[in-house]
Amino acid sequence: MGVIELAGEFAVRVNGLKYSYPDGTPALRGIDLVVRRGESVAIMGPNGAGKSTLTMHLNGILAGEGRIEVMGVEVNKKNIKRVRSIVGLVFQDPDDQLFSPTVREDVAFGPLNMRMPVEDVERAVKRTLEWVGMEGSEERSPHHMSFGEKKRVSLATVLSMDPDILVLDEPAANMDPRGRREFMELLSCLKVTRLVVTHDLDMARRLCPRTIVMEKGLIVADGATSNLLSDKDFLYRSGLA
Amino acid sequence: MKHDFVDRYARLESPVHSLDARAKSIALFAVIIACVTTPATAWWPVCIYAGILAIITVAAHIPWRYVLTRCLIVIPFVLVVAVFVPFMKGDGVVHIGALTLPKHGLLVLWNVFSKSIISVWAIILLSNTTVFSDLMHGFERMHVPKFFTIVSAFMYRYIFIIIDEAERMKRARDSRGYSGRWLWHAKVIGHIIASLFLRSQERAERVYQAMSARGFDGTFPRWRETRLMAADYLFMSIVVLAALAGRLVAIWA
Repeated sequence: MGVIELAGEFAVRVNGLKYSYPDGTPALRGIDLVVRRGESVAIMGPNGAGKSTLTMHLNGILAGEGRIEVMGVEVNKKNIKRVRSIVGLVFQDPDDQLFSPTVREDVAFGPLNMRMPVEDVERAVKRTLEWVGMEGSEERSPHHMSFGEKKRVSLATVLSMDPDILVLDEPAANMDPRGRREFMELLSCLKVTRLVVTHDLDMARRLCPRTIVMEKGLIVADGATSNLLSDKDFLYRSGLA
Repeated sequence: MKHDFVDRYARLESPVHSLDARAKSIALFAVIIACVTTPATAWWPVCIYAGILAIITVAAHIPWRYVLTRCLIVIPFVLVVAVFVPFMKGDGVVHIGALTLPKHGLLVLWNVFSKSIISVWAIILLSNTTVFSDLMHGFERMHVPKFFTIVSAFMYRYIFIIIDEAERMKRARDSRGYSGRWLWHAKVIGHIIASLFLRSQERAERVYQAMSARGFDGTFPRWRETRLMAADYLFMSIVVLAALAGRLVAIWA
């Protein structure tokens, strides 16, 4: 009973995660991390700190040593389908995320992979496109859209799977100020557990009450965003500002 | 960067656009096959094929200007053949002004020109009356190998991104004083091609990761199954029969 309750409390639980690139370079050198349900966490740190590598472990794209649980489900080969419907990953470059000839097919791709019934898929496509403000774009192709629009559709392709945990890699990178502001407003309305990889201090402050800072494959700081990001010395030392 | 897309009019609304992709591909491929198997000496059939395509062009509201400019793509190939015309000796010559040209050579030129124009015209109609993804789904339903349809779909999606990448690299190169005039500049082009290849491969890896993250397991899901309607069968039979008639006229003549 106690174990079930405990499992129910956490969205993400990572224990002793280690990973090396195929050439032997260590990328993650022992990560321990717990994220509660409904929490919004910023993951910060210099380039090459292992932020993206960590996020790709959360739904089994990469597999290192250690144990990862999402919503009480262990991330392993056997559970991979379930894990991928729990954790939605939005990649940095929307051109990597959107590969289909039309928006509709791309937003439907995840739900169809989950073997969702066709009527539900249609509804999910409609609902998520409306939600990101791209309704009526079903038949458009991504290469006719602006960067901001592609970014919104990328988010929709993951939201259509109704994930419990949303992981965003550099959601505001390369966006113009208005696009960035609108995208942030969109993200702030989401009720799911969020992990946001970012270099953007302002974004971390607005979206995430909690921040973890990574450096050379380790978590070097974990705490309230307001405390961490107001410490100028710390920001300078860890290369965040 | 903006590109001129090969399917600019694919989303118009017309009786032709609303037909099933399979009906259109079968009908237009029938025209192409009839045309390329027609003997060079037969003139009339070519008029019939052109007539079929002209009617479809009008019915689909595709601007003539667009069709003509797109058809120009065959001109370089025809010109290559034209260069050899004076050397193709056969029986009989034709006098055009001061030029004396062998009849056989002109016939070959006409043959290449008419067949390539009809074929390209048919493909322009197919790609401008059918949304690309519908076309690929149609091909899949007609049991065209999945490898072909998937590779085409990815190419359609990513070719302009790769062209943009090449263009950016070219600008960065030119802004550092590259003129392309010296032999050692050839090496630079080699580097650009190599790094384009590497970038594309890296992108392919990231695209695949993003697909796996959404539960992709190697099989593409399908959801919209359309059925051939009476209009599709009607269109298909009229066009195929007309093309067949053209081909028969060639035999009879």
